[in-house]
Amino acid sequence: MDMILDILTIPLVQAVIKILVFVLGFVMAVGTVLTLMERKWMSAVQDRIGPNRANIGKFTGHGALHIAADGVKSLLKEDTVPAGADRFLYLIAPLFSYFPAILVWAVIPFAGPIGSVTFQITDINTGLVFIFAVTSLGVYGAVLGGYASNNKYALLGAIRTSSQMLSYEVFLGLSLIGIFMVYGTVQVSKIVELQNTYWFDGLIPKWGIFTQPLAFFLFFTGMLAEAKRQPFDQPEGESEIIAGYYLEYSGARFSAYMLAEYVSIVAVSAITVTLFFGGYQIPWLFPDGFHLLGYSLALPPVVVALLQAGSFITKTLIFCWLIIIIRWTLPRFRFDQTMDLGWKKMLPLSMANLVVTALVLLLTA
Amino acid sequence: MKRSNLPLEFGAEPMDIEIGPSHPAMHGITRLSTRLDGEVVTAVEVEIGYLHRGFEKECENSTYVQVIPYTDRLNYVSPILNNIGYSLAVEKLFGLDVPKRAQYARVILGELSRISDHLTCNGAMGMEVGAMTVFLWYVKAREYLWELTEEVTGARLTHNWTRFGGNANDLPDTFFDMLEERLKKVEAVLEEGVKMLFKNKIFLDRVKDVGVLSRERAIEYGFTGPMLRATGEPYDLRRAEPYLVYNELDFEIPVGTVGDSYDRFLVRHEEMLQSISIIRQAVAKIPKGGHYQHDRRAWLPDKTEVYGSIEGLIDHFKVIMEGSTPPKGEVYQAIEGGNGELGFYLVSDGTGKPYKCRVRPPCFNFVSALPEMLIGHYVGDIVPIYGSINMIGGELER
Repeated sequence: MDMILDILTIPLVQAVIKILVFVLGFVMAVGTVLTLMERKWMSAVQDRIGPNRANIGKFTGHGALHIAADGVKSLLKEDTVPAGADRFLYLIAPLFSYFPAILVWAVIPFAGPIGSVTFQITDINTGLVFIFAVTSLGVYGAVLGGYASNNKYALLGAIRTSSQMLSYEVFLGLSLIGIFMVYGTVQVSKIVELQNTYWFDGLIPKWGIFTQPLAFFLFFTGMLAEAKRQPFDQPEGESEIIAGYYLEYSGARFSAYMLAEYVSIVAVSAITVTLFFGGYQIPWLFPDGFHLLGYSLALPPVVVALLQAGSFITKTLIFCWLIIIIRWTLPRFRFDQTMDLGWKKMLPLSMANLVVTALVLLLTA
Repeated sequence: MKRSNLPLEFGAEPMDIEIGPSHPAMHGITRLSTRLDGEVVTAVEVEIGYLHRGFEKECENSTYVQVIPYTDRLNYVSPILNNIGYSLAVEKLFGLDVPKRAQYARVILGELSRISDHLTCNGAMGMEVGAMTVFLWYVKAREYLWELTEEVTGARLTHNWTRFGGNANDLPDTFFDMLEERLKKVEAVLEEGVKMLFKNKIFLDRVKDVGVLSRERAIEYGFTGPMLRATGEPYDLRRAEPYLVYNELDFEIPVGTVGDSYDRFLVRHEEMLQSISIIRQAVAKIPKGGHYQHDRRAWLPDKTEVYGSIEGLIDHFKVIMEGSTPPKGEVYQAIEGGNGELGFYLVSDGTGKPYKCRVRPPCFNFVSALPEMLIGHYVGDIVPIYGSINMIGGELER
């Protein structure tokens, strides 16, 4: 027993366990379930029933078995490589799409620390910069896949992806500088902790959405574009360039792209929640319990951690839902309109946000 | 918005790309050989004919009444309008009078057909700019109407309903019972579509000033129907050359102003509302009486006649063996189809089979104007513009 506890104190072992629990237990699971939930929510919006036919005997689980059916099907399908494709790049490109979406989770805290145990895989002090660096890598998956496929539609998709992601990263970064300025740090765990401080005698929490409301809209828009979700899904715009950069892919590599899209939806939601909606924080819940207007309710640390994890997961799922509903509500921009929006509207707005934030900080300091 | 005639940027090479014939967004199968400068279309060549089935040649080897089921497959989103157009042409050849009740019934089902045509087109336009939801709502509404026509004709899509001198069967009471409720449902769906699209900046940006064709050019190309009316020309065959009982009904001809995709969308939307009003008027005015006026040259007599009298038996025998035998001559009869002027030109040599049956498909003219509408636009606009002309392969390529 002691030996097991000893082993558990080794940081590497802790990290591996966290990776397994967070990535396999949460990220992959939610990403996979989202593939089904997107279809279910979409059919609810569209007055349809949605997938409900996959079954074992009479058990269908209201379509839950489609997750397994899709997985098995994609694994059993032939993994084709088109003639004239750059074979090596073609085969590794899906991984470039896949890993950045997962790597983001390294710095996302799931709950507040209990003693020395943190619920965050690694708490590097350049957390936000790391998130940026990693999400930017996502563009390689699309560009390499599209370029290596030897297909003109895929090439168009790749070009669109690269220009869209590069353009939107500019104001995405600018919109977050406001957050850096308000909280004075880029360490993710610090930013989340600071969102549990309050205005007006502990009434209103200093969540990102309240300290940086404009930045939230800019950031969320930019993140939708980074995840290539409607209304910014021209890179895959199925009515013009069919499926864009992953047009030629089949089998497991195709589902790697699909899964990457869903994992990045979860990642986008988690980042948004972490930066603007208090991360795992529940308003007025402190490490020792609730405190509001003089009333207080003491709670043991484990319960607090569980509540926090629950709040983080709930908030993330709400954003996943929002992103999916947006997709089935809005049409998509044309490519030049995306660029116009990014460079001519979002960029000036994010700069203005920066100036206003700086002025306010200067005057209130 | 247009960027044609500019030199290529950075000395780049243009890219030739084939859109279709097998492309998920191509309605039917058509090939657009396009040349792109980056994202901008600089040249388009439209290649049609992938759905050619030899309709006109097959007509020459069929009796007149055997052609009716073929016409179902012309514009397959508004089949009854094709039935009506063809039957009107043959009736003109015979000089037949159709009973008032049958004419009203044709108007009612014809307008239902027109609504389902426009629903499909507008829904598809939504889908092509990414609003998949609206498409599925509209398809749902179309299903309400198809269930209505199924109540009358027994088929959702291939109705084969009109005959020479009337219709195959009368509108049943159940049809009238269902009608008002269905129309209300369709109106509700249209209202939802308005909320979803007309107030949506993204949708408006995607369709406004896109695929513009001026009134003059549209007339030169021989445009008819919603495409022409979108340019501001109030030309509608139901008013210009009234057929059936349209001159007894009150409706307005919606027109656009600019002739872009948005105007086409609006014109089709307003026409659906007008059609609903036409149907309501027709239901109120429909007289009692027979749905079919027998003429011994044109079509079979009633079964009681066949079994009860020698003349009836002979008539039946003659029509079955020789087909309907109109007098020698030729006619052209056009109706306002879902897409515009749907014309049938028939030549009779006095035998039971048409000597020639030629169809004037409205969308042929639209497709020939497609390059002019596309050049200078972005790749992303190709499919929305193509969707806005509502090309129907069955009608275009016959």
